Amino acid sequence: MGAFFLVPIAAMFEFSTRGPTDASPRTLSAWLSIAQTPELSSAIIASLELALLTSIGMLVLLVPTMIWVRLRVPAVSRTVEFLCLLPLTVPAIVLVAGLAPEYQWISLNFSDSILTLGFVYLVLVLPYAYRTLDTGLAAIDVKTLSEAARSLGASWLTVMLRVIVPNMWVALLNACLLSVAVVLGEFTIANLLNYENLQVAIALLGRANATVSIAVAVAALLLAFVLLVVLSFVGRPRSGVGRLEEEGLSGFGRQLGGGLR
Amino acid sequence: MTAVLEKSFVDTAGRPTGGGRRLPSQWLAVIPFFAYLGIFLLLPTLIVVGGAFFDRNGLGFSNLLIMNKPFVISAYLNSVILAAITAIAGAVLGAVLAYAVVSGNPNGVFRRLVTSACGVLAQFGGVTLAFAFIATIGSAGFVYLWLKQHGLDVYAHGLWLYDLRGLELVYTYFQIPLMVLVFLPALDGIRPQWREATESLGGNTWQYWRYVAGPLLAPAFFGATLLLFANAFSAYATAAALVNQGSVIASLLIANTMTSEVGLHDPGIASALALVMVVMVATVMVLYTVLQRRTARWLR
Repeated sequence: MGAFFLVPIAAMFEFSTRGPTDASPRTLSAWLSIAQTPELSSAIIASLELALLTSIGMLVLLVPTMIWVRLRVPAVSRTVEFLCLLPLTVPAIVLVAGLAPEYQWISLNFSDSILTLGFVYLVLVLPYAYRTLDTGLAAIDVKTLSEAARSLGASWLTVMLRVIVPNMWVALLNACLLSVAVVLGEFTIANLLNYENLQVAIALLGRANATVSIAVAVAALLLAFVLLVVLSFVGRPRSGVGRLEEEGLSGFGRQLGGGLR
Repeated sequence: MTAVLEKSFVDTAGRPTGGGRRLPSQWLAVIPFFAYLGIFLLLPTLIVVGGAFFDRNGLGFSNLLIMNKPFVISAYLNSVILAAITAIAGAVLGAVLAYAVVSGNPNGVFRRLVTSACGVLAQFGGVTLAFAFIATIGSAGFVYLWLKQHGLDVYAHGLWLYDLRGLELVYTYFQIPLMVLVFLPALDGIRPQWREATESLGGNTWQYWRYVAGPLLAPAFFGATLLLFANAFSAYATAAALVNQGSVIASLLIANTMTSEVGLHDPGIASALALVMVVMVATVMVLYTVLQRRTARWLR
């Protein structure tokens, strides 16, 4: 079974080092020309910017909400969980059908930059970010920590930024890495809304110059692999060593075509 | 619980504690979250539902009548068959692999390697996945060329990689690791004591699997299979990168109806098709959740 999984990855490497004709020697020219293909490099930059924006947006929107819900309005915790996991049930292809008119409006009245895709990518990463952050929050005693801080006169902002966040930075980092991985792999929404992100550029280029586009695909895959390796080795949570790591990976595995496929 | 929370907080002076109604100020902080999801998750969903039922003449079912067209029926049927075949193949093979992982050392290298690899493979984006298979057994792929040199022409009856059969192969590639990740926690929940209990009562291996482990794992197994089904059914990127033309499956049909490149362009029809898909996926996911709850009763 191992061969079934490894051969396609090896084949991509093999393909990306082929020369222009069957007889020509192995070459790395496809890899080198990645930087010289302007539509490719601009797509790579756009995707990286989107990954950054999505991660920041996710942290700003989700972290305070989740902490606040845990502390002050537990009545809505089920609703928040339901909404965060909902993107797993609404296929990206369906979401994009409803988003098309919204994005028409956004590009007319706000901006037609590819970076506006960050709005919907934030929704796509919610399930993974939610699961990871929820595990992180469950591992610390949020209530006691915040009561202690509040009784010492800290404002809610101080409680969140200087008391709770430093105690769950591993979960925050994991949530960010998963978000980056999702954004870099997203194709469906960008393609159908006519934006050229990394995956769309790879697919377009695949028709013109297969070796270069496969080289980029391998590079993107390696990047995602590095992210996941970092995710599994970076700082162990205090309780239940390895729990968060497996949680993160399998949570990610439960990905339901939410854009990646 | 909430009352206790209220009381235990040292808050600004003069604040009524305990009993009473919650002050609306507490709810203010969660409004941005709900507003955001309202705009970018619930509104698009409503647009799809609304678009499916509204046509030029107002409210009606005319858009949904597209479901009667033979090419639409065949696209949805292809999607269902494709999803079912790859879900069952993925579930069976993935369960076997997961069992091999579980019977090894829980902290061993093999387990770490397999779970990490599955995490990576589950991340395999649809486009990358399609390219990987084109590079492998495409008409210039090295496995294809190697097989041909050794006298086996897999394309003797036509280039099937860019067709439904190709999608079956490629989808199975991501279904197996997904199954491992989803099924592993359930297998971990099986306790060795249950086997010992079976043996001390005189049961053999067959009876253990038939009457103890089997019934306990069945909900988890079928639940995971449903998850794989939903996963394959709603996939778009792989098919878009692999299949060059035509709308052989439902997700491609929705995409082609949305974009104006093809003569079909009609947002209302696209909404109707998308609504049918989301209803099917949601039904499968509800069943999955029910089975998941049943699993949780005994395992983990």
